[in-house]
Amino acid sequence: MTSIPSAQISHSISWQTRLLGNRNFLGLVFMVPAGAVLLVFLTYPLGLGIWLGLTDVKVGRPGMFVGLENYIWLFRDKVFWLSVYNTMLYTVVASIVKFAIGLWLAVLLNRHLPFKAFLRAIVLMPFIVPTVLSALAFWWIYDSQDSVISWILIEMGVLTETIDFLGQPDNARASVIAANIWRGIPFVAITLLAGLQTISPSLYEAATIDGASEWQRFRHITYPLLTPIIAVVMTFSVLFTFTDFQLIWVMTRGGPINATHLMATLSYQRAIIGGSLGEGAAIATAMIPFLLAAILFSYFGLQRRKWQQGGRDD
Amino acid sequence: MTETAAPKVPVKAPRKATNPHREGMDYLESLPRNVVTVYIPLAIIVFVLLFPFYWMGITSFKTNEELHAYRGLAALWVYEPTIEHIRHLLFETDYPRWLWNTMFVTITATFLSIFCAVCAAYAIERLRYKGSRSVGMLIFLASLVPPSILFIPLSIMVFQLGIFDSNWALVLTYPTILIPFCTWLLMGYFRSIPYELEECALIDGASRLQILVKIVLPLSVPGLISAGIFAFTLSWNEFIYALTFISSAENKTVPVGAVTELITFDVYNWGGLMAGAMLGSLPVAILYSFFVEHYVSSMTGAVKE
Repeated sequence: MTSIPSAQISHSISWQTRLLGNRNFLGLVFMVPAGAVLLVFLTYPLGLGIWLGLTDVKVGRPGMFVGLENYIWLFRDKVFWLSVYNTMLYTVVASIVKFAIGLWLAVLLNRHLPFKAFLRAIVLMPFIVPTVLSALAFWWIYDSQDSVISWILIEMGVLTETIDFLGQPDNARASVIAANIWRGIPFVAITLLAGLQTISPSLYEAATIDGASEWQRFRHITYPLLTPIIAVVMTFSVLFTFTDFQLIWVMTRGGPINATHLMATLSYQRAIIGGSLGEGAAIATAMIPFLLAAILFSYFGLQRRKWQQGGRDD
Repeated sequence: MTETAAPKVPVKAPRKATNPHREGMDYLESLPRNVVTVYIPLAIIVFVLLFPFYWMGITSFKTNEELHAYRGLAALWVYEPTIEHIRHLLFETDYPRWLWNTMFVTITATFLSIFCAVCAAYAIERLRYKGSRSVGMLIFLASLVPPSILFIPLSIMVFQLGIFDSNWALVLTYPTILIPFCTWLLMGYFRSIPYELEECALIDGASRLQILVKIVLPLSVPGLISAGIFAFTLSWNEFIYALTFISSAENKTVPVGAVTELITFDVYNWGGLMAGAMLGSLPVAILYSFFVEHYVSSMTGAVKE
C-alpha cells in the first residue's frame, strides 16, 4: 500500500474537519462527562425518589406500587406534621435572623476598618469548618451538666442552676436554631458584602448632600441596589436551611420527643434506620413543593429590575 | 468574574482623626460614635462566631478531671494541658484511616468535578451550541437540588452498582453537588477571556481542544483554584451521603467517623471528641487560610453571576 487516491484523503479529511468544526457536535462531546454524571446521579435519582414514594419498598425487599398510600399514611401521621411545623419554624426564624445579622455584619465590614481583610477571613470560619464538627462543638457547649454558657451565666449571677439546652422541646428548638444561625451568618454576610462593594460611594455622597439620614441612605440606596443579590443569597440560604440534616442529627437526632425533627431527619430515620425506604422517599418528595415555592418566590419577587442596571423600568 | 473577584482590598485611608485627607465621607464620623455603632457590635459578632472554635480547641487539651470540675470562669483557660486525647485518637482509633479516606474521596471527587466542569463550562460559554443557554440554566438549577432529597434513591442505586460501603460510592456521588457549582463559576471565568485570543488560535489552525488546554486553561488558573478550593471544602464537609452509603468503621470519612464512632454513650469523652473535631477541621482551615481570596471570590462569584 504505497499510494492512496488523493480524492479519498481529501474526502475523509473534510468529513472529519466538518464534524469537528461543527459547534453543536463539539458542544455535545464536551458536555458528555458532566452531563453523564448529572443525568445518572442527579436527574435519575430525583425521578427514582418520586417513584419510590409511590411504592412500599423496604431495605432488602423490592416494593410494589401502592399509589398514594404513603402520603395518605403521612397525612394522618402526627409526627410528620410536627416535623413540617418544625421545619417551617426552623427555616423562617433562622433565615430572618441570618439575614438581619448577616446584612448588619456586611454593612459593618464594608467600612474602612483596620485589619479588614483579616476580619473578613476569620468571619467566614464557621462556614468553612465541617458543619458536623462544629455541631459537635455546639453539642458540648449545650451539654446539660457542663455547658460553658450555663457556667458563665451562673458566675455572673444571672442563673442559679444549669440550663437544659437540648432536653426540653422549646429549649432544644431554640438551641438548634441558634447553631444554624451561627453557621449561616458568614455566608450571608460575605456574599452581601461583595454586593455592597459594587455600590458607588458617590450615591451616598449625593444623598448626604440632599440631607438623607443614615437610615434613609440604607433604605433608599443600599437596599434597592442589593435586592438582586439578596434574592439569590436568601434562596440558597432558605433552601439549605429547609433541607438541613447535619446539625440536627449530631445534636438531637430529632429529639426530645420529636421536637426538633425536621423533614430531612425524619426521612432519614424512617428510611435508613427504620428501613421503610418508600415512606422516607415520600417525606423527601413532600419537601419538593416547598423548595419550588421558595425558588419561585425569590425569582419573581426579587428578580433583577432593569433600572438597577441603568435601564428603564416598564 | 466580577470586580470583587480581583483579590484587592480597597486602599485604606489613613485613620488618624486629624488627617484631612480621609476617604469619602469618613470625616462625618467621629471616633466615639464609631466605637458604639461599629466596633462594639463587630467585636460581639466576631466573638460569637469564633467562640465555639476556641472552646473546641481548649477542650481538646484538657484532662478529663479538669473538664468536669466546675471552675466558673476559670474554665475558659487550660491549666494542665495534655495531648493524651490527640495521641489516643491518632494511635488507638481508626481516625488516621478516616483522614485518609476523606482525603482520597475529597481529592478524587474534586479533580473529577473540575474536569467535567471545565469541559461543560467551555462548551456552554464558548462553543455556544444550540440550547447552551438553557443547559446553563439547568446546571444552575441542579445546584439547588439538596442532597437530603436524593440520598434514599441514591442509596438504592449505590447498592445495585455494588459500590455500597466503598470510597467509590462517595467519589461518584459527590460530583453531583460539586459539578453545578464549579461549572457555574468557571462559566463566569471563561466569559472574561477575550474571544480574539481564540480566534487567532483558530486561524493558526489550532483545534478546540488545543485552544482549551493551551489558551483558556492557563488564563483561568485563578478560577480553577477558586473552584477547586470550593469543591474541596464542600466535599470535605459532606455528611449525609457518607453517613448513608458507608457502613463499616474503617471506610468512614472524618465527619461520619467522629459522630458515629467517637461518641460513647456511657462516658462522654468530650476531650477526645473535641480533639477529633479540631483535627478534622484543621486541613480545611489551613487550606482556606492560604487561599482566602480565591475562596471568597468563588463564593461571591457563584452567587453574583
